[in-house]
Amino acid sequence: METASYPNTGSLLWLYGSRCFHASRSISDEAEPEKPSAVLDVLKRPDVHSKRIKPARQGGACERLTAQFFRNRTVGVCWDIFLSEKVQAPAVAAEKSLSEINERIRDGSVRVVTAEEMPSIVEELGPDGAVREVDVVTTGTFGAMCSSGVFLNLGHSDPPIKISRAWLNRVEAYGGVAAVDLFLGATQPSEDKGIEYGGAHVIEDLVSGRAVDVMGEGVGTDCYPRMEIETTLHLEDLNQALMVNPRNAYQRYNAATNSSDRTLHTYMGTLLPRFGNVHYSGAGVLNPISNDPEFEYIGTGVRIFLGGAQGYIVGPGTQHSPDTGFATLMVAGDLKRMSSEFLRAATFTRYGPTLYVGVGVPIPILNERLALSTAVRDSDITVPIVDYGVQRRDRPVLRSTSYAELKSGSVEINGKEVPTASLSSFHMARRVAGTLKEWIERGEFLLTEPAEPLPRSGISRPMKQTKELPYVGDVMNRDVVTVGENISVPEAARVIVGSRFDHLPVVSDDGKLMGIITTWDISKAVANGNISRVSEIMTRRVYSATPDEPIELAARMMDTHSISALPVVDKDNRVIGMITSNDLSRLFAGRRFR
Amino acid sequence: MKLMLRVAPGIVRKPLIASVILETGALINIERASIDAVSGEIVLDVSDDKCKQVKDAFESRGVDVILLEIPVIRNEEECVHCGACIAICPTGTFRFDDWKVVADPGKCIQCGACVTACPHRALQLVLR
Repeated sequence: METASYPNTGSLLWLYGSRCFHASRSISDEAEPEKPSAVLDVLKRPDVHSKRIKPARQGGACERLTAQFFRNRTVGVCWDIFLSEKVQAPAVAAEKSLSEINERIRDGSVRVVTAEEMPSIVEELGPDGAVREVDVVTTGTFGAMCSSGVFLNLGHSDPPIKISRAWLNRVEAYGGVAAVDLFLGATQPSEDKGIEYGGAHVIEDLVSGRAVDVMGEGVGTDCYPRMEIETTLHLEDLNQALMVNPRNAYQRYNAATNSSDRTLHTYMGTLLPRFGNVHYSGAGVLNPISNDPEFEYIGTGVRIFLGGAQGYIVGPGTQHSPDTGFATLMVAGDLKRMSSEFLRAATFTRYGPTLYVGVGVPIPILNERLALSTAVRDSDITVPIVDYGVQRRDRPVLRSTSYAELKSGSVEINGKEVPTASLSSFHMARRVAGTLKEWIERGEFLLTEPAEPLPRSGISRPMKQTKELPYVGDVMNRDVVTVGENISVPEAARVIVGSRFDHLPVVSDDGKLMGIITTWDISKAVANGNISRVSEIMTRRVYSATPDEPIELAARMMDTHSISALPVVDKDNRVIGMITSNDLSRLFAGRRFR
Repeated sequence: MKLMLRVAPGIVRKPLIASVILETGALINIERASIDAVSGEIVLDVSDDKCKQVKDAFESRGVDVILLEIPVIRNEEECVHCGACIAICPTGTFRFDDWKVVADPGKCIQCGACVTACPHRALQLVLR
């Protein structure tokens, strides 16, 4: 039996056999027992109420008992007694409670740092020292969050109307919620200005105090006789304007690049051809969920920074996928209190409108686990670099990278330095975390106890598709005729006359696609008196399809490039079929009229 | 320094650049040129010491010359410093400085790639 004093509380630690007893916070004249057996005797006394507290989630070896000594119906002594199987002081983790932290926020003694400052604090003081030094770590992110929107209650008109369809500045809002409740989604484009003005822009206009024109169509009932309404409203004219964002603040996000030979316009911005750039999103070290990936604190009911005001975590966001490291938050807040500094409408060219939202979560440093998780660095957070040149759900991953590498300005892909740039704003993420820090330091923001943590497991599943369009391989013509590149134009003309197609793929000796000639190419060659070899008149840059592609992709390719047929090639680029616009129209007609 | 030339109908077919090079002896780099039957728009890069001389030489030949001192016009109210303009710029005009986007003068060739790439529509070409 050894006795050691525990350095920071001045209380005693008993080491007895393989068990460790630690009594702290003694606040009475009751003498502390000198032996562990005496502690157990005290716990059995009728005037002592003892409570076994659930073992800490991850430190299963350590369990805590709280002993309350009742004397004259008042609490005489309150001890926290830790029972541990391991005879080592660190098993007695440094801890504090949320109410202690809130007390410090109220009396102005709270110590708050941002998640950017935390790694060096933990490195210097260790996790236990960091628990004693820091009370709250603030996080922040500011980026395009498409899954955002607002519920608006317009108030009732006279005569009243039950709105079925509604538009705000010509942007349609969902009207299928009671009579005058609307949901306006951020990505909905306007009917007059297209994607340059959308739901996100209406939200920014409302927050900025600008007037919004409302049009509504009613259904006409005995209780809601009115059929149409037109009015102009400001944010203050609405009964409620509640931001409810189904999926915000992704834990991390795939970095995007483009292997194809054309520029892509995506929600990850402009992706230049042939790996011309890599775009990423997310604040890395400041990202809320990356600082508490085990949901030790983050959960339903946690008060957060949302769009410049206090908001709340509703629960896990849609597509919450903690198993794969892509957890999300569903958040809500009062739009009337938000600011246009932290809610900014945007449009991605040839993609659509979206809303840049500022979200920040305070993380109380209740224990060493939270001190360690908030010490995460950019280099610890890895993301895949995904090829958006492949227009499928499961896009190929080229390699893994980290936020540290992405933020350095370039990454290497296939031996080539590729410039990187972000689409979310780290400058604004710092503003979010910094503003939240100020609110807490000024005593304006108290932390709430989560009602329940976010689910720690689960995965976002793909769509179950019950009415699938066929694949290119199901529709293509397999009796395709090809020619070698050394035949003459008149020979090619004879082949094309004898075949069913206006297109003639030109192949190498081993059957690989080299080019294509069309009846137009042949006619032009003859008209110009150029009747040499097909290799001289063929188009060498051929668009082709593969049999495992859905026909929608082949149709989109033909439409984008204004062509009427695509050779179908196998993985070795050997021609195995042909798909034409006739095949597609026949398919469509069959589906429609069968 | 970059110069933008606006070449009017009537003189667009003349060997303007060649004659200015011969006259001034300046090393001129053509960064971008779009010339059709009636007019032209050309962006040149010239060393700072020859800039004034080259500008005067073009102007004496009836060409409108605009010094591209400001790379692009940025609406500071709209810019959130995301960085969507950085990697898509062919000449590397933009970069982060403590996570705020800054534009270096003298690099922009007025191609407009950043204008459509900016999600916040904060960028505008100097002329247009």
